[in-house]
Amino acid sequence: MNAITMTVTVNGEPRELTVPTHETLIECLRERLGLLGAKKSCDVQVCGACTVLLDDRPVSACTVLAFEARGKTVRTIEGLACGDELHPIQAAFVEHGALQCGFCTPGMIMATVALLGENPSPSVDEVKHYMRGNVCRCTGYKRILDAILDASRRMAAAPAPA
Amino acid sequence: MIIGTAAERLDAREKVTGAARYVSDLVVPEMLHAKVWRAPVPHARLLGVDGSRAARSPGVVAVCTATDLPVKRLHYGPAFKDQPILAHEIIRYAGEPVVAVVADTERHAAAALALIDVSYRELPAVTSAAEALAQGAPVLHPALDRSGHFRDLSGLRPVAGTNVCQHYHYDRGDVARAFAEADLTVEDVYHYPALSHHALEAHCAVARVDGDGLTVWTGTQHPFPVRKELAEVFDLPLAAVQVIVPLIGGAFGGKCYTKIEPLAAALAARVRRSALTITRHAVTVRLRTAVRSDGTLLARECDVVLDTGAYADIGPRVATKAGYRAPGPYRIPCLSIDARCVYTNNVPAGAYRGYGVPQVTWASESQMDQIAERLGLDPLAFREKNLLKRGEEYVAGDTPMDGDMADALAQTGAAIDWGRARERGRGVGLACAMKDGGGTHTVSTAAVRVNADGSVTLLTGSVEMGQGSRTALAQIAAETLGVPLSAIVVESPDTSITPYDHGTSASRSTTVMGLAVEAAARDARGQLLELAAKFFGTEPEKLAIHDGVVACGERTMTVGDVVSGHFGLVGGEVTGLGTFVPGTWSGSLGGATLFWEVGMGAAEVQVDADTGEISVEKYVSVADVGQAINARECAAQDEGAAMQAIGPALFESRVSEAGHLVNPGLIDYRVPTFADLPRELETVLIENRDGPGPFGSKGVGEGGTFCPAPAIANAVARATGVRIKDLPMTPERVWRALRDARGTRRG
Ligand code: FES
Ligand code: FES
Repeated sequence: MNAITMTVTVNGEPRELTVPTHETLIECLRERLGLLGAKKSCDVQVCGACTVLLDDRPVSACTVLAFEARGKTVRTIEGLACGDELHPIQAAFVEHGALQCGFCTPGMIMATVALLGENPSPSVDEVKHYMRGNVCRCTGYKRILDAILDASRRMAAAPAPA
Repeated sequence: MIIGTAAERLDAREKVTGAARYVSDLVVPEMLHAKVWRAPVPHARLLGVDGSRAARSPGVVAVCTATDLPVKRLHYGPAFKDQPILAHEIIRYAGEPVVAVVADTERHAAAALALIDVSYRELPAVTSAAEALAQGAPVLHPALDRSGHFRDLSGLRPVAGTNVCQHYHYDRGDVARAFAEADLTVEDVYHYPALSHHALEAHCAVARVDGDGLTVWTGTQHPFPVRKELAEVFDLPLAAVQVIVPLIGGAFGGKCYTKIEPLAAALAARVRRSALTITRHAVTVRLRTAVRSDGTLLARECDVVLDTGAYADIGPRVATKAGYRAPGPYRIPCLSIDARCVYTNNVPAGAYRGYGVPQVTWASESQMDQIAERLGLDPLAFREKNLLKRGEEYVAGDTPMDGDMADALAQTGAAIDWGRARERGRGVGLACAMKDGGGTHTVSTAAVRVNADGSVTLLTGSVEMGQGSRTALAQIAAETLGVPLSAIVVESPDTSITPYDHGTSASRSTTVMGLAVEAAARDARGQLLELAAKFFGTEPEKLAIHDGVVACGERTMTVGDVVSGHFGLVGGEVTGLGTFVPGTWSGSLGGATLFWEVGMGAAEVQVDADTGEISVEKYVSVADVGQAINARECAAQDEGAAMQAIGPALFESRVSEAGHLVNPGLIDYRVPTFADLPRELETVLIENRDGPGPFGSKGVGEGGTFCPAPAIANAVARATGVRIKDLPMTPERVWRALRDARGTRRG
């Protein structure tokens, strides 16, 4: 079995890992690092439940190989809140009732981090377009949309720590 | 006041921080992983399985066929014990589990699957309900063994020697005469496709066998019925089977009753990502209605056929309920209803949010608009004339209508601005429906433990699958006890710890479990007041509890001090118990309806005449919730339900060809995404505090799925003059219908 030793920064912490070449990023995060926030659902890059940020860009961790994170930074839902203080996007999701079963939520929130990083004040149509790869079966999206727009306003008013 | 507020969900923080734990996050020491080899053909006789090469593959611990499973009964099912844990002798659908491989990792298990050799001889397959009903069709289950798990299923009527596993019939009045005397008769056939739930979390179960018995962690909506099923499979006492349900990543009916638990238990290993597909029934409804020219409904004949696939699952009950609800929420003197549940060699279909109502409402509410058009009546006024009024009986002996439907309809019309004329290519449509809510004859029990520090542990068997039951039940307990919501901790269902509950389905938790929680909290409150009265030297009636503090005039004591003071230690607790057992056993379903879940909807659409594309500009969903326990979550439930149902209205369906499912996964099976969100999506909650649940509440959660398809179809008809009778209303289907209509007009 081929394995690769690499350095990767996960939620701000540099890690030295040796991973088999066939290991996916979601397996690495969940099984190797015990970061269970990102979820595996479709496993074929259509639902977005496994979305994490790789060098600030959203990726489906189910279809990225772990070694592709070599020398890069990975950010997961666990790295978002500051201690007990929720990130403004998380706070907006809570206040707007933008979650039900919560299985899509970590991926939805990470995709939102990426969206607002690229476009701090998106229009309704821009949000719908950017987020169309993140499936939610419970909420019907409207409250997620409201939460994203509200989070963008909050972050514009008081820029959050990156 | 804690009731009616938009209190923050108890699970919101853990869900936005990634700390929430689901079954698929569970790691049990020494856990093994299982994968199943699935049948590649819909109908075949199994000749042999050679698992020897797979058994030698790296990491493999066992390769099992049906005969290798250490079980007392191979077959299970909530209605009939017709489904084997692994296929035995006969394969009855493409995708049926035949062989299970257990290995140290999921990857090793998956790799070994490719090394399994199965030989079989194909048999003629029955691939649709029509084929299954045809003369000379192969009979898929010649003998049926009733499960006897549910009271209302004791009266099932399978038709011997056919593929019909349940035939529900109801009639009243002189139907033939009503049709003979009617001014207008309208008859049509409507089709609703099979659907997949696609909850984001796949079915997952972890099982452990030890000296004390069997423990299963699973994402089921029915922990107690699963326990009973497992006890029968292994011939164990109920007390030796423990079913634990952590948070579930969505269910929508797809996780009702027993699914993969017997296999997981039999393998005593982990089954992961087992895409055990259980679907919504494809339904064909033939509907014939007799009406007077003034719009008075006289008679309806409904013939409902459900394709339940290879195993009945809960299909017989879905058929019964679909039949019961097919006439719609109207006053119709003469009825004749037949609903048949039919075995085929398709993937088994089971419960799906709404339980037959979306399918029959598709037919009946489409036809209501066709009738209105033929009679030149306004569709809203025509419905209003025939809607049941509060106190009127739907079926003799069942609970009379408990809500104000005329008011709900008026609010639906107002929300969509019904009277306003629309430009070309635009139209509005509406629909209304109701369902007997809360389940037929179901029991719930709850326990409230008030700890010595004033915190409260709430024990219930209600499953949190996203609907917010933990929060709603905690609100009921907090309000009733007189403690802050933050004092309440709700435990996950565990059949060895939490008291008995029928299950989390039929929009029943807030009402039925809510009543049990309210009773338990009252019991605990009564005990607390008794104890406190001793400290104050007064009568319990003179005391009040508010915000965790017991007050006797000016003097006060915290709830925690009452408990610890009584026991003289920091230990000790006050335990309250509450049970809900339905009282009346009347009604043609074998139990009286608890409440009527009324759902209405209205759509405004724009139809592109060149492409046939429907764009939903606005959708309004109206739900009669009696009293919202948590207003935000009620509205959120209804919105989510409506969006889910917009899928099959416009594009979503399971496609099968010759018994093979063509679109099993999310790549080919299209569910609603952000891009499908209507420009405006609005929910109207009706709160008249007239429900049987705590504080006048009624169940919610399914009603939003009833009306989107017919409301959109009715809007399309009003925008274009074209009537679509088959779902989904894809651009191609609409475009063809528009083209055909132009052709007829020209011709
Ligand atoms: S699990 Fe990765 S996109 Fe669905
Ligand atoms: S909250 Fe359940 S899938 Fe989004």
